[in-house]
Amino acid sequence: MSAPSRWKYFADGIIKENPVLILMIGLCPTLATSVSARDALGMAAAVTFVLVGSNVVVSLIRKVVPGSVRIPIFIIIISTFVTIIDYVLQAYQPALYRVLGVFVPLIVVNCIILGRAEAFAYGHGVFDSLLDALGKSAGYALVMLVMGSIREIFAAGTWFGVAVTPAWFRSAPVLFMIFPPGAFFLIGILKGIVNRLTAGKV
Amino acid sequence: MNPAKILMGAFLVNNIILMRFIGLCPFFGVSTSLETSFGMSAAVLFVMMLAAWVSWLLYHLLLVPTGLVFLRTAVFILVIAGLVQFVEMVLKKYMRGLYSALGIYLPLITTNCAILGVTFLNIDYRFNLLQSTLFAVGTALGFALAIILFAAIRERLEDSPISPSFKGYPIAFVGASLVSLAFLGFTSLFGISL
Repeated sequence: MSAPSRWKYFADGIIKENPVLILMIGLCPTLATSVSARDALGMAAAVTFVLVGSNVVVSLIRKVVPGSVRIPIFIIIISTFVTIIDYVLQAYQPALYRVLGVFVPLIVVNCIILGRAEAFAYGHGVFDSLLDALGKSAGYALVMLVMGSIREIFAAGTWFGVAVTPAWFRSAPVLFMIFPPGAFFLIGILKGIVNRLTAGKV
Repeated sequence: MNPAKILMGAFLVNNIILMRFIGLCPFFGVSTSLETSFGMSAAVLFVMMLAAWVSWLLYHLLLVPTGLVFLRTAVFILVIAGLVQFVEMVLKKYMRGLYSALGIYLPLITTNCAILGVTFLNIDYRFNLLQSTLFAVGTALGFALAIILFAAIRERLEDSPISPSFKGYPIAFVGASLVSLAFLGFTSLFGISL
């Protein structure tokens, strides 16, 4: 296959088939862990690791896995990678692990990962599956970065821990954004903006 | 920990959907009418209790003694998937009434992260079997309360004049934000902060 169409596998995941804002899957960790830019990117990194790993392995073994038992096998592959990232974060990033909490093991039921294994990696080559996983992860990380940044700037007046707003704002920030209602509100507004921008195009 | 606190904490203060963001897919997927919301809630209550028991017993009687705790994620998800299939078959054969009420919701529950989330939280909070059961019941009731309240709001939204860009998901999220804001009022109710 030619290079431009391969590039499409990667690029589609960022905007056109963005997992969160276009496909509306994998919402739970998106809303729960985007409390600050750093935590949001940490979650995106964990999802990237699992998605890349599962897509590559599923693609490697796709010819020997019979169709009738593919879903349980996908789940075992995904849970292997989830267990790896669970223990790695626990050992090397304990502060991040405490924030992400139960959402690290819950990556196993993240629809983005099983969805890509089933819809893409099971029918495509290793390199294409890798590109697809990286593209979808980049799209996910983009949404996480936007949500984490907006919530952190409004609720704490900082961005990646650095003060970016005047002192008067930081002394009385919009705490609403760090609480669960703020996450629901923000994704509603973002989805509305995306709908407006893509009206008639997607 | 006090049993009443576990129940109320899971039901209101740390509501699984509105405060913890676990189980959003069925929350948005099924809450389009009150009838489906009741059906889904009943199925979740039923499976959540079974899953809490099975996962607790497996973890403490099999995985801990054999030192295989790291297999937790894989074992729980496979056991819950198998359990749901099994429950579906049993209901179909012996309890037709219950099956026709819950049947279509059961396959959806396999991928419901609320069920898996509760089994993990039971382990993380070091609950015993009774506490795990109470936590599962409280969580399922909290799920039911959130989804039924939200279904009522969505039925009203159907008839409201909403800008085209905000129809469907966006306005549903904003509605969920307001319900969630109401639940924020339960924070530290009875001094619970799980």
